[in-house]
Amino acid sequence: MGAGKLSLQNINPKLFLKSDKRCETADDWDENVVDDFDEREVFDLIRNINDPEHPLTLEELNVVDINNIEVDNESNKINVRFTPTIPHCSMATLIGLTIKVQLIRSLPARFKVSVKITPGTHSTEDAINKQLADKERVSAAIENSTLVDTINQCLATIEKYYN
Amino acid sequence: MKIELVESLKGHTGKVWNAKWNPQGTLLASCGEDKTIRLWGKSGQQWKAKAVLQDGHQKTIREVSWSPSGKCLASASFDGTTAIWDNDSGQFECNATIEGHENEVKSVSYSPSGQFLATCSRDKSVWVWELENGEYECSSVLNAHTQDVKKVIWHPHEDLIASASYDNSIKMFKEDPADNEWMTVATLNSHNSTVWSISFDQTGTRLVSCSDDQTVKIWKQYKPGNPEGVPTVDNEATWKCVCTISGYHDGSVFDVAWCKLTGHIATACADNCIRIFQEVEPSNDNQPNFELMAVKHHAHEQDVNSVFWHPTEPGLLCSTSDDSLVKIWEIEND
Repeated sequence: MGAGKLSLQNINPKLFLKSDKRCETADDWDENVVDDFDEREVFDLIRNINDPEHPLTLEELNVVDINNIEVDNESNKINVRFTPTIPHCSMATLIGLTIKVQLIRSLPARFKVSVKITPGTHSTEDAINKQLADKERVSAAIENSTLVDTINQCLATIEKYYN
Repeated sequence: MKIELVESLKGHTGKVWNAKWNPQGTLLASCGEDKTIRLWGKSGQQWKAKAVLQDGHQKTIREVSWSPSGKCLASASFDGTTAIWDNDSGQFECNATIEGHENEVKSVSYSPSGQFLATCSRDKSVWVWELENGEYECSSVLNAHTQDVKKVIWHPHEDLIASASYDNSIKMFKEDPADNEWMTVATLNSHNSTVWSISFDQTGTRLVSCSDDQTVKIWKQYKPGNPEGVPTVDNEATWKCVCTISGYHDGSVFDVAWCKLTGHIATACADNCIRIFQEVEPSNDNQPNFELMAVKHHAHEQDVNSVFWHPTEPGLLCSTSDDSLVKIWEIEND
């Protein structure tokens, strides 16, 4: 799961429109309403993650999409699929790891977060999915300071969007 | 059959990866993400914190393992080292650190004789260390696995090593008496994903394994010339999968423990549950049936990472979890 400095792989990626802000409802401000996690909330946590090689968000590159998120509050499961911009993208594992780290840091610990590649969109999707599902390897990666610095850089821009 | 909570031990912060009782059953050692080893012992009827061992490792401590005498404790860490703690001074101190692996050490285990130590790592290798004049000398580096090696254990009474890997296989190694070289004597293929853990039964003729594929498998040893006619190679025993326990676990099975006293099999699962299985008697040796005897739902708030049976008290089990707790359970027959 190393992240070396590589030359740009996808020089001219296709851009997608950003979503509008979440529509607020009266219930959002009502303390008495039980407010479960939903797909939009999870999407908002990850859509502004910066791509490791472009000054663009994962949403603008269509790497993440609200339709590829499933939230099951009952069984505490959150499944996210992401779509690499090109099928040989060597950044795919790093992007998946960044999404996973962001969700682990942001969501309550009760959630089991699964991050996988959208089926059929990467040449080595099985190997990448296996790495991302291995909690021991993810834990070890998070203790690797170089890797954490890279992940934090991808996550740093998120705050900019919130303010 | 019921699984009743005896004690919930608080002290660790973050994930608790592993816990093991010493061979006498008087001390329980646990370890985890907070880089400490905690020792727990009985005060009256209660299990209480006895000591915290720190500064032995720079990163997560993945597993601890006691020597057969209970005088030494080995710890495997993501920092790439294995530390040896002994209580020669009256309290446990780290007096040796063994190095060699290229990255995270995932598991460590003492041989039944106490003469050997085995370690394994994400660097795909299994190392065998021999104790000579109080020093651990590397006697072999085994590169048989093609991926991250998750677990290494010894046979209960022979100098035989079994290892489980991210490459979906289990392998066994022993020393060739002709040239003292350690060699691969068996490869066990059947799981469809990472094999997280393995455990021998009391006789050492059967092995249980658990996997990311959400199944548990029972393997039986067939020696050369076995009456069943299972073929063997190079005069070494063949290990064959004789039972697959599937459909019970809703997530990766991270650990499995086969009780040497009762024959019960306990599993630790990513669905926060602890399960107990038992062989149905009469059972055909070559096609045994195992039945789910009990499930503890919400045993922990998060993934259960390890289970381990008490060595002398039948039915006493400990577990550890991402929820930072170590728990002790009593398995009671109805």
